[in-house]
Amino acid sequence: MTIKSSRYTISLIIVLSLIWIGNSGFYNAMLLSFGAVSVLFVVFVAHRLNIVDEESQPLQISRRIFAYWMWLLKEIIQSNIQVIKRIWSGPKSISPVVMQLKMSQQTDMGKTIYGNSVTLTPGTVTLDIEDDVMTVYALTYDSIQYLQGGEMDRRVKRLED
Amino acid sequence: MAIFLDAVSWALLVLGGFMCFSGAVGIHRFPDFFSRMHAAGVTDTLGSSLILIGLMLQTGWQDTVLVKLLLIFLFILLTSPTASHALAKAALHGGLRPKLGKPEVSDDIPEKFGKPSSESTNN
Repeated sequence: MTIKSSRYTISLIIVLSLIWIGNSGFYNAMLLSFGAVSVLFVVFVAHRLNIVDEESQPLQISRRIFAYWMWLLKEIIQSNIQVIKRIWSGPKSISPVVMQLKMSQQTDMGKTIYGNSVTLTPGTVTLDIEDDVMTVYALTYDSIQYLQGGEMDRRVKRLED
Repeated sequence: MAIFLDAVSWALLVLGGFMCFSGAVGIHRFPDFFSRMHAAGVTDTLGSSLILIGLMLQTGWQDTVLVKLLLIFLFILLTSPTASHALAKAALHGGLRPKLGKPEVSDDIPEKFGKPSSESTNN
């Protein structure tokens, strides 16, 4: 076991223990020892499956992700209001469009975060990602222009390094 | 203070309920599969978030209930875009074409995916 993989093992143990304690709420010795056994068993299975790595636990972006989430939350609320307006003003108010955009992210993790953020924002859905080209379906041309402006792209790119 | 929290919580619950209702209305009003998915997205994101936050204020700060609601919130925000993307991609590659507002702008892009009705490709 290398130093790198033991770092991911330790963080997996901490996350699983927090989930157990947060969900159980009992602090007597018997239930805590059950928790310890379960956590160790899950860590053992995760090692056998070979999924204890930077893909399942992207520790390198963890610090900046919270600021990004706050920003994304604001975007989601704004675009939700847009879509609800269009729902109530009827199908004539939408003009769907499909566009292909370039993504500047290098890693699969960055591309996934960008694609999922686009899908999570109502009004735009990622249809397909190939290499560094993303196909986006949007309800209106405005939301495509917003994505072409590249603010979200830049913010996700910043998470990578 | 308790009354104030209760009022805020109920306001959030009612607002969230309205978002979910709007999403349902949108599913019926929008013309095709892809645009209906956006209406469902309203229910997924803002509707469920507001209801969950409203419920968190109702717990009386019992930490185990709060943690469970937070975990549900997190899982919804992670799984719903993945499911939407899987649906949209499957529909596109299966040959379903979105109805576009201005077809002349971008009509050719969807044709690159999946199998066109006439000829077969390797996708």
